[in-house]
Amino acid sequence: MSAPPRQFQQAAHKAMSDGALQGALKHLKAGFQVKRAHAFEGLADPESLREAGRAIRAHALSALDELLVQFETRVRANGGHVHWARDAGEARAIVTRILQENGARTVTKGKSMVSEEIELNAHLSRHNIEPIETDLGEYIIQLRDEKPSHIVAPAFHLARREVEKSFREKHVSLSTDRALDSRPALVAEARAIMRHHFETADAGITGANFLVAETGSAIIVTNEGNGDLTRLLPKTHIVVTSIEKVVPKLDDVAVLLRLLTRSATGQEITSYVTVMSGPKREGDADGPEAFHVVLLDNGRSAILDSPAREILQCIRCGACLNHCPVYGVIGGHAYGAVYPGPLGAALDPGLDGIATTYDLPNASSFCGRCDSVCPVKIPLTRIMRHWRNEAFARALPSGSFGFGLKLWAAAARRPWLYRLAAGIAARVLRSRAGNEGRIRAFPILKGWFQARDLAKPAGKSFQVQWRKRKT
Amino acid sequence: MTAAADGSRVRVGLFITCLVDLFRPQIAFAAVKLLEQAGCDVDVPEQTCCGQPAYNGGDAKDAAALAKQAIAALEAYDFVVVPSGSCAGMIRVHYPRLLQDDTAWSARAEKLAEKTHELFYFLVNVRGMTEVAAQCDGRVAYHDSCSSLREMGVNSEPRRLLSSMKGLQLCEISEPQTCCGFGGFFSVKYPEISARMADDKIADAKATGAEMLVGGDLGCLMHLAGRMARRGEKIAVRHAAELLAGAGDQPAIGEET
Repeated sequence: MSAPPRQFQQAAHKAMSDGALQGALKHLKAGFQVKRAHAFEGLADPESLREAGRAIRAHALSALDELLVQFETRVRANGGHVHWARDAGEARAIVTRILQENGARTVTKGKSMVSEEIELNAHLSRHNIEPIETDLGEYIIQLRDEKPSHIVAPAFHLARREVEKSFREKHVSLSTDRALDSRPALVAEARAIMRHHFETADAGITGANFLVAETGSAIIVTNEGNGDLTRLLPKTHIVVTSIEKVVPKLDDVAVLLRLLTRSATGQEITSYVTVMSGPKREGDADGPEAFHVVLLDNGRSAILDSPAREILQCIRCGACLNHCPVYGVIGGHAYGAVYPGPLGAALDPGLDGIATTYDLPNASSFCGRCDSVCPVKIPLTRIMRHWRNEAFARALPSGSFGFGLKLWAAAARRPWLYRLAAGIAARVLRSRAGNEGRIRAFPILKGWFQARDLAKPAGKSFQVQWRKRKT
Repeated sequence: MTAAADGSRVRVGLFITCLVDLFRPQIAFAAVKLLEQAGCDVDVPEQTCCGQPAYNGGDAKDAAALAKQAIAALEAYDFVVVPSGSCAGMIRVHYPRLLQDDTAWSARAEKLAEKTHELFYFLVNVRGMTEVAAQCDGRVAYHDSCSSLREMGVNSEPRRLLSSMKGLQLCEISEPQTCCGFGGFFSVKYPEISARMADDKIADAKATGAEMLVGGDLGCLMHLAGRMARRGEKIAVRHAAELLAGAGDQPAIGEET
């Protein structure tokens, strides 16, 4: 799932040389940051709302076992089915079995990061079931055989002309001289293709933004309405989601929705908010005949009992990505994991282990902007620091970093030694600088000198000068 | 210029930070001068490092040992002042967290945290300083370090003091909340990402037409000055305390011979 160690730097390098990606990333500010800021300015007391959101999510995690049982009971009472999946493999097997039992050959899908996490599409294809992504962004990256680069805007990394190119390549049944040079034209093109899939799909799969224990409901928010067509039209509807999404009441969702949509897209509310509480009932005009919920753990129970626990409060708004200066430079794919940005840096090591995700919590300047925008006040940098502690305890990465840090700390714990070592270091650096005010290259701290010069140290440290002045 | 809000003198322990100690002592001398102007008796106890490199590098054990060493050195003063938002934040925000389960030290960490301040915050909000006598001709941009801004709540204070300088024209960069890419070891471990972030910040600073970039954290400033030197950019970089203490005519960071 995650990139092997050290591939991160290469992927980041590639991302920084990718003109199309860099062009897209320039839109983060106007497209996300400014809209979020405006949406929060419209609130009377945004900090109280954030605190309310945090409290709801924290409480839900503290009562997770009871809430999940309550949720399961309610779903069953509503005529639906609940399936528990310990890991990605179990989740894939459950979904595949349900589809096979219903003879499904084609499945429409609403946007779901959990389905990305379990790599569901590739698995379904191997079992001769065709998954069709119906969220426009997800559909585009499915055509291109790519992964989402952003949890809210999966095709964020692409420019319009690249989408046009993909449509012309893949939509071979449509005429070659149609115009696809505007956003509305692209949407119309996708809609024409999608309509057929909605009408003929054997089953529909969606994710869930929230699960409600008191009603047994799964809730999704969309702006395209694709979620509703995905879950209403086919005979079978499967919700693929994860255990931490549950909250006690519908009223809780009302609070979280206000935070989610403002934080994600700067909207007061999305175009569609869909509450899904089981199969079609007698008298209902439409709806699925069968309603299944697959609840994925995949390491979350372990995270719940760890110092990274609060990352499970996450409501997947993407604000931390949108405000992260590292994400803003390298985009989502370079992280090499399902969840990019600060969210991923705090979550992925818990899902995949720190050995393969070492760079994620380390490639952060700890600027703290993610902490300041998180709608449910997750201490993201504190959790990243926890993963750094884990890595250090396991002597990751192999190499000189840990040894150098220990050596430095050993000196810093002995002021006389520190003074001596600092004095020597200053002399060496000064001789290297010669008559210049700066050093341009040096055998250690290569990363520093790769990008910048180093100012020349002072001839005498402040403490030496200060003591001399005082005596 | 200004005495304490209530006219009384206080004993301040100055935590100078290891970068200032080694690379740019004039920042510490400037801080002493400003603190004395604000009616403080300044002392500099023997010190090494606040432990932040260990703390951020995942070495909590060494970080805790260094925290205890710093607490013992600093806790006797009325206030502890640090010419760095990042190291001040380490003491004020992170020491209590780092030592929260250490019964012998947690209360001492809390007590020290409460009386530890970033330099400009302390001068303006604790000591009531509103202006300085130093002068400086030219356009100057202030760089917010992330720790000062988000961890220590420093925002208007340095701007207020800089604006009080005769001849100084304060410029605002367009994205003051965005990190410059220093981040301690981050700058060494991920140099390419760090440099790109610096380049964005430098472009932002250049767009203001500023001749000088000042800030409150030497780490950011050495990173930005070093990157500009590498790229042949000409904006002079100094700690804001140097300017405020009337030492703005000394060679800028990396310029000295």
